[in-house]
Amino acid sequence: MIAGISIYEILTVTSILFFIGIYGFITRKNLISILMSIELILNASVINFVVINKYLYPDILQGVFFSIFIIAVAAAETALAVSIIINLYRQIASVEVKDTETMKY
Amino acid sequence: MNISYTILIPLVPLAVFFLLGIFNKKIKPAVSGYIGVAGLSTSAALSFYTAYQYFFVSGKVDGVYQTFVEKITWMHFTDTLHIDMGVLIDPISVMMLVVVSTVSLMVHIYSRGYMKGDEGYTRFFAYLGLFSFSMFGLVLATNLFQIYMFWELVGVSSFLLIGYYYTKPSAVSAAKKAFIVTRFADLGFLIGILIIGNYTGTFDFETLNSVNPDTGELFLNWASTSFMGLSVITWALILMFIGGAGKSAMFPLHIWLPDAMEGPTPVSALIHAATMVVAGVYLVARLFPMYFFVEDGYALNIVAYVGAFSSLFAAVIAITQTDIKRVLAFSTMSQLGYMMLALGVSGYDGHEGVGYMASMFHLFTHAMFKALLFLGAGSVIHAVHSNYLKDMGGLRKYMPITNITFFVAALAISGIFPLSGFWSKDEILVAAFEHNKLLYVVGLFVAGLTAFYMFRIYFGIFWGKETTYKHTPHESPLSMTFPLMVLATVSVFAGFIPFSEFITADKAGFEAHLNYPLAAIALTFGIGGIVLAAVFYKKENDLADRFANGFGVLYRWAYDKFYFDEIYLFITKNIIFNLIAAPIARFDKKIVDGTMEGIGNKTVIISKRIKGIQSGKVQDYAFSFIAGVVVLALVFIYLWTN
Repeated sequence: MIAGISIYEILTVTSILFFIGIYGFITRKNLISILMSIELILNASVINFVVINKYLYPDILQGVFFSIFIIAVAAAETALAVSIIINLYRQIASVEVKDTETMKY
Repeated sequence: MNISYTILIPLVPLAVFFLLGIFNKKIKPAVSGYIGVAGLSTSAALSFYTAYQYFFVSGKVDGVYQTFVEKITWMHFTDTLHIDMGVLIDPISVMMLVVVSTVSLMVHIYSRGYMKGDEGYTRFFAYLGLFSFSMFGLVLATNLFQIYMFWELVGVSSFLLIGYYYTKPSAVSAAKKAFIVTRFADLGFLIGILIIGNYTGTFDFETLNSVNPDTGELFLNWASTSFMGLSVITWALILMFIGGAGKSAMFPLHIWLPDAMEGPTPVSALIHAATMVVAGVYLVARLFPMYFFVEDGYALNIVAYVGAFSSLFAAVIAITQTDIKRVLAFSTMSQLGYMMLALGVSGYDGHEGVGYMASMFHLFTHAMFKALLFLGAGSVIHAVHSNYLKDMGGLRKYMPITNITFFVAALAISGIFPLSGFWSKDEILVAAFEHNKLLYVVGLFVAGLTAFYMFRIYFGIFWGKETTYKHTPHESPLSMTFPLMVLATVSVFAGFIPFSEFITADKAGFEAHLNYPLAAIALTFGIGGIVLAAVFYKKENDLADRFANGFGVLYRWAYDKFYFDEIYLFITKNIIFNLIAAPIARFDKKIVDGTMEGIGNKTVIISKRIKGIQSGKVQDYAFSFIAGVVVLALVFIYLWTN
């Protein structure tokens, strides 16, 4: 329990964070920005894990550990994504998402 | 008598065909000619040996010539109904072997000279080999199905040889015409065969033709089903006669024969005079007991009248034609009509069967002198490079051998004593006289016409006006004149063969006597025709033209072959194509194809519309995904809150 802060407030914050991430993911033109938006989404879910664990089962730490896993996976994912973006940049000299439309009909 | 070696007679030309066909480009023309001649010589030697063995060594047993059959079962349907392949040796097949091999050999020898320097020399001999194979196979067939197969094969060979000059549009269309017309007629033949197979349960000639000597009826039993007042077997026989009429160019299926003259002249001599066109006559002769006994010869009567009409019809047209090969073509049709007529008026036993014997006799002699006429015409065409009478005249000085042999053949076909045509034609007229006076009168009239048109072209070519030629015509080489001389000799002496001893309907033979009054009348008509032709055409004069003008429109009609080509064209083009085929084609195009194409087109259109969804933009996909999630979430929330 965090004094003075109810679960609703925290969940509201994470929801806002999540939808900011979604919004960024859909509207950003730059691949790096899109990556950052994804990080926001992940962070929102990580906070949710921790908070829900804390409020529902304060005795066990599964949610907290899970959030650490997610952070590790997110780091790996980011490394991978950045390397893809760098390679893409070498190929087409651009990191704009509109230039990566070859995979279509 | 062991007859298994006769299978070689068709197989040797087949081997020649494959040899020349496969190594077409590798064999030098000079060699291929010799190969063809050698192959056919083998066949001819075997044929003559067979004839000798059959008629003189084996001979009659109990006063009847035996039938020898050697066969293997090819397709087995029931115990009685099966398709065999094999050889059948009886008097008419032996006679046909002799005819076909002789004429074919002569044509092979002749072609070596006639086709010299032609580009497709080897191909030509390959086709001749194929044709000889098919014709021998047809002659030796043991059952209806085998004869039908070889029947189609000769049709194909004929198609190939008519269209031999395949760069010439007229030759191509003539080949197509011949093939389509005969093929159309063969449909009747096929249906007839199937009816016979269905109702009698056998295709075998021996079984079909066996006659019970006690009752004088066919052994054969069939369910007496009748259709439109005639027994089904009669219908089958009529249908098969339609097939025969197509091959033998009987009215009204004759239209292909004159056009078939587009082929090289040796081909016309071999196929369209002596051998293939008599296949129809041979078919009727082959099934003669059936034709004669089923329903008292109803079908046979049709044969007689069709034959008589065709012979008259063709003879009238022949008088007016100016292309010498076409005259000969119509003459062939006319003589084939004669043979049909003779078969049609024939009886079965003993001397009653004189018509049958006369028909076969005429087939034999006609093959010889008509082949000779064609080869002679070929020699003339070779010399003056034209088919038309107007380009000829006075050739007797330049081509003595051709002149004499052509003269002999013309005398023979006109039925002048003592050449072969006289004897055979006389027998036909005797048969007609004894059975049907009307047909006799027709036959007699045609005999006169035959002599007239034949001497019309004879005088037109070798006498008549003195034409000046660009190149002085010269006699053909020995390879061409040798067959002429051989055939001329045969044409002179073939009449003395006692045919009635060998080939009769009941296979027993009888002694034929010359009927002096009838022979005298026929001879008078023949000589009358010749004299008339001599008056008109021997010296250049305008008598003939004035005479023709006297006939006015009739002459015009005959010249245009009574517009049968146009009638057929009208029927096929305006009625069949425009009224039947075109609507069906439209139905096929619009409805059947339309449905299928519509399905395809609609799929394409729809896919074009929706393919934008796969835009390749990751953010679009993400948007639809999230939108979907949101919608689902709303749906679930809605459901849970109720």
